[in-house]
Amino acid sequence: MIPAYLLLILPLLGIVYFALFGHQEDVGRQNTHFNGVTLLLSLWLAINVYVSGTILSTDKYFIVDSFNVYLIVLTAFVGFTTSIFSAPYMAHEKEIGKLTDKRLRLYYSMYQGFMFAMYLVLTTNNMGVMWVAMEAATLATVLLVSLYRTPESIEAAWKYFILCGVGIAQALFGTILLYYAATQFSDAENALMWSVLYENAKLLDPEILEIAFVFMLIGYGTKIGLVPLHNWLPDAHSEGPTPMSAVLSGLLLNDALYAVVRNKMLVDGATDSHIAGYLMMGFGLMSFLVAAFFLHRQKDIKRLFSYSSIEHMGLMTFAFGIGTPFATFAALLHMMVHSLTKSAIFVTVGHAVQISGTQSIEKIRGLIRTQPKVGWGLLIGTLAIAGFPPFGVFTSEFLVLLATMQSYPWLTPFLLLGIGIACAGLFRNIQPMVYGEKPEGQQAVQANLWPVIVHLAIVLWLGLAIPNFLSDWFTQATILISGSAPL
Amino acid sequence: MDIENLDLYSQLILSLAALVTLTSFIMLAQGRLLRLVFIFALQGFLLVLATAIAAYSFNNPHLYISAAITMALKVLFIPWMLRRHILKLNMHRDVEALSNKTAVMMGGASLVMFSYYVLHPIMQNSSMVLLNALSLSLAVILLGMLLMISHHQAIAHVVGFMSIENGLFFAATVSTSGMPMVVELGIAFDVLVAAVLFGIFFLHINSSIDSLDVDKMNRLNEVDQ
Repeated sequence: MIPAYLLLILPLLGIVYFALFGHQEDVGRQNTHFNGVTLLLSLWLAINVYVSGTILSTDKYFIVDSFNVYLIVLTAFVGFTTSIFSAPYMAHEKEIGKLTDKRLRLYYSMYQGFMFAMYLVLTTNNMGVMWVAMEAATLATVLLVSLYRTPESIEAAWKYFILCGVGIAQALFGTILLYYAATQFSDAENALMWSVLYENAKLLDPEILEIAFVFMLIGYGTKIGLVPLHNWLPDAHSEGPTPMSAVLSGLLLNDALYAVVRNKMLVDGATDSHIAGYLMMGFGLMSFLVAAFFLHRQKDIKRLFSYSSIEHMGLMTFAFGIGTPFATFAALLHMMVHSLTKSAIFVTVGHAVQISGTQSIEKIRGLIRTQPKVGWGLLIGTLAIAGFPPFGVFTSEFLVLLATMQSYPWLTPFLLLGIGIACAGLFRNIQPMVYGEKPEGQQAVQANLWPVIVHLAIVLWLGLAIPNFLSDWFTQATILISGSAPL
Repeated sequence: MDIENLDLYSQLILSLAALVTLTSFIMLAQGRLLRLVFIFALQGFLLVLATAIAAYSFNNPHLYISAAITMALKVLFIPWMLRRHILKLNMHRDVEALSNKTAVMMGGASLVMFSYYVLHPIMQNSSMVLLNALSLSLAVILLGMLLMISHHQAIAHVVGFMSIENGLFFAATVSTSGMPMVVELGIAFDVLVAAVLFGIFFLHINSSIDSLDVDKMNRLNEVDQ
């Protein structure tokens, strides 16, 4: 349990440290160090769980099992690589006068605040605290969305604040109903503990839990970006600084989905009706299809990839909704490869925007001629996210398709249609940006592309062969979520 | 339900639930910001009363703490802060023209019915008091959303947001005599931070569009220009 506590304490210290000293010359590097140490801690935690199974702290406030530990490592990893990217990026933003020292301090302090909220969502065993941490993640990032103080960014931040705040209030109502159902048989202190609830799920009143789950799905679903609650997402992703877009897309959405799946496990234990699964499938499929069409209408490169995030989150929600071990395995894999690919894409997008000085798709041209590394990074990242073999996204999407054919064959055409439309939507926009002549006077910028290379290499590796320890991990998590092993 | 046969606690809770819902309706039709904030503070005070009564009848000391937190946040700090911003931005003389008040009020009434409709089946086995109180607190949550939809001022949106929180707190107090202390403190902390952030946003919005009318923030959309 020690690494888990350290994992929470370190970002807390980071908030205070950067609030005080965030204006220093090499602050970006210090931020990388903070995130590097948390990454090591998360690996230590992962090894502990791998060796000894689920860890429950003695006061029951924290739980680490095979499901959340892999998300913790993923969070720490993406947080680390994004911080590597963010250091020169933010320095550049300061150089061209878009940011002041004060705002830079806010940025680094809240970067750590966001990481803290994410770790708390993942490690806590208390459903109420999970809600509090989810709300805290919104509060930490809302000022980062409006960091540039342009009218657009303020509008986006306000929308994000209000929509997510109201949305997540529904999840609290769901949590209160869950708590009410649990106090019927448990004492008040333990009634929100996930581990206690999970063991006694059969005792929970199924009708109350069904209603509670509707509220929780709407609430946390707002944060996942499920259609029709997705309005805030493209705005917040496109107007904030790019490192923020990378962690929002790669981490926040995953963790909201994690909260929904935890609750679904309780509802499935209490009822036999599979209602939670149907709701998730419906919302997931709708998000997937709507976002695929919206990809064709985008004029802003960051909005384009935000819609792609909605599309993929929809697919994952759908797969968790199917609920068979096979589908759950696919969804877990998709969560991982999507996070890695999407954050890599946002890193290259950030550089592309700095090269051309605009986010407008029509004005970004000739990236490969200007700076081959950035151009190829964007192209390969897009290939990966669109689901081309041999990348990991192909594997996981293929598994989701197979799982759908197994359980609900009549839904397969919709998935194929969505994947096709999304792929076309991405490429009609990406092709002209990376190929072609470069505009006059377009210069290469200083770029650190190691995060992109590492992320895409891992995604490629996962597409070719999933290493044994990882598939063991996924299998254990699948057993935990769906009750039996895949295959 | 036989009201005379209920114990004093249940009668009080029922009356307070009704009053809290009433304040939500008054807010819905209120176009003056200062009065809106005053009614919001009143709603918070009713909530404090409900929590204190619950604390007294269940002999539950931690509910007193929760009542004190609500008093400090929802009755004193947030209304004070909103009032200060209204005066500073010179908005206290504006009357917001609410379009279609009748339809909004009818919509509010149907939301109350809807809340009963949603919660009735699951509360069949519990007491009528609980059914009423929970349904009304769900109604307060939904009315808070309606308030945000029908008003255009950012300050009214914040009041709506906070009254949604009030509804949630009322639900937690009556159904389970309060959430565990950690959770309650966490929620109070989030509300406090949210209130401070809202204050910062008023200034930003005001300097970017020169008013707090959120309808004027329409740069980001998917509509073809």
